[in-house]
Amino acid sequence: MRAHRFSISSLVITVLSVAFALIWIFPLYWAVNTSLTVDTKTVQIPPSWFPTPIVLDAYHYVIKNTMIVRWYFNSVVDSLAITVLVLLLTVMCAYALSQIRFRGSRFVFVAILAGFMVPGATNVVPLFMFMNKLHLVNSYWGVILPQLVSPLAVVIYKQFFDQMPLELSDAAHMDGAGEMRILFRLFLPLNWGITWALAIVLFIGSWNNFFWPFIVTNSTPMMTIPIGITQVQSWYGIAYSRQMASAVLAALPTAILYIIFQRRVAEGVAITSGIK
Amino acid sequence: MSSAIIEETGAQATTMRLRRRRRRTPWGTVLLMVLPFVAVYAAFLIYPTVRVVMLSFTNADIAGRGHFIGTQNYVTLWKDAVFWASLWHTVYFIILTVIPNTLAGLLFALMIMRLRRLRGIVMALMFLPYILPVSVVTQIWIWVLSAAYGIVNFLFHLKINWFQDPFWAMPAVAFVTIWWTVGFNILMFIAGLQAIPAEYYEAAALDGADRGFRVFRFFTWPLLWPVTSLVLVLQLILQWQIFNQVYLLTNGGPFNSTIVVIMHMYIQAFTRYRGGYASTISIALFALILITALVQLRLLRARRG
Repeated sequence: MRAHRFSISSLVITVLSVAFALIWIFPLYWAVNTSLTVDTKTVQIPPSWFPTPIVLDAYHYVIKNTMIVRWYFNSVVDSLAITVLVLLLTVMCAYALSQIRFRGSRFVFVAILAGFMVPGATNVVPLFMFMNKLHLVNSYWGVILPQLVSPLAVVIYKQFFDQMPLELSDAAHMDGAGEMRILFRLFLPLNWGITWALAIVLFIGSWNNFFWPFIVTNSTPMMTIPIGITQVQSWYGIAYSRQMASAVLAALPTAILYIIFQRRVAEGVAITSGIK
Repeated sequence: MSSAIIEETGAQATTMRLRRRRRRTPWGTVLLMVLPFVAVYAAFLIYPTVRVVMLSFTNADIAGRGHFIGTQNYVTLWKDAVFWASLWHTVYFIILTVIPNTLAGLLFALMIMRLRRLRGIVMALMFLPYILPVSVVTQIWIWVLSAAYGIVNFLFHLKINWFQDPFWAMPAVAFVTIWWTVGFNILMFIAGLQAIPAEYYEAAALDGADRGFRVFRFFTWPLLWPVTSLVLVLQLILQWQIFNQVYLLTNGGPFNSTIVVIMHMYIQAFTRYRGGYASTISIALFALILITALVQLRLLRARRG
């Protein structure tokens, strides 16, 4: 009924919002367009709205003449390690806090909650000194270790584990299963949904992370891709098609992940921001 | 008979509970499970937090070598014109982003909620920039807003050098930030809007509040307030720590007009090698973030109650 009565206004709203969304992401189209255009044509006026002909010169150049392949590799190593290790560390800690009674568990949990008050950016100076002392500046572990601190994942896992019925772990205990076994054979499989959502958010987050990798790496071969592409300029001066090609290449993995796992990304973002 | 069953299950529950309580704490397992995270947490969160406080009272270099100099750094900070300028630029950036970004998120969310078949795709498009690395976003906008060949200047017949113009630099950085992150706010507001039961709107319609704006003002807005306040708090805490976009788009220029607090800290630490003084700047920002978060939480709670 409502739809019928407002059909004209809802048509107008539909058209307006689609138009607006397209304008909003126009810069992304423009970046792709420029990256596929011959460099000399990118600065002509009027600009051409479509890449005709489509040329892959810029991509070819960036892949051959910069260390982008190496930065890709670094980003994959760092992000995968961070995702897997964070999940492993936090799921164990959350399980113990939620399911095992032990003296001091409340203290540990409150201490973890207190960590939310610390803004990440204000700790980089002592963190850098620490990494320097451990000789981990410009190393994979130097990038990875400080990013393993994720009190949020502990809290989220604990919330999910707290909601599991008591009978479940009781029954498993009576069958003689140990805590580790109960966690990895029972609790984790029953919570794959949240684990997936967390994994994707963690992966995208660490792939995109700029500030810490930027601080802790200054040798070009150890940079991650978001840091590396900012160096691209100085490799050959400003050439917009190459600049855009490196930006597109850097954005591709997370963009593809997002397109495939749209729902999970939205779910993960909603859960980690505290709305759900 | 039924009471017998109840008694029996009751007894079972009691033994169950007793068994739970009687089970001895498996300390080996507990340590194995809790210690890895707690160790990482202590080493990379608690330790640096304590250390940054201690460093702020020293003249340490960036390797951490130095000695105690009392409150000298804090006196220097108080008289540091660049610090006050960076503080003002950060506040200016917050003013230009937090409330506009929240309103934009709410507006787009309301718009998207009116859609039917296209809702998913429009939402996906608006959210897409949020999953890009910050440096990709800044590179794209440096090109789109380029003074000589940028498409924006071409389309609107302008000649503005957006990121180098003393007036436009900060608004341009703020706009790029909103473009990048509004998808997050939209997502939050849509989740909030979907949580409002449809019966509320039906009740509103029965009460004669059929007009779009009145429904929004007296139903949607108050019901959405918890989400709105969450969005505001999250953004405020985040934007106090603004560094990446400014560094990548303007590098603090033109003429230091966009230097922000974290950038001041970064320059002191990593180009002047003044680790102690940089820590003092961190502490000042930490305190500001803590105070605003507490004040904001109190204000928001007061409004809700």
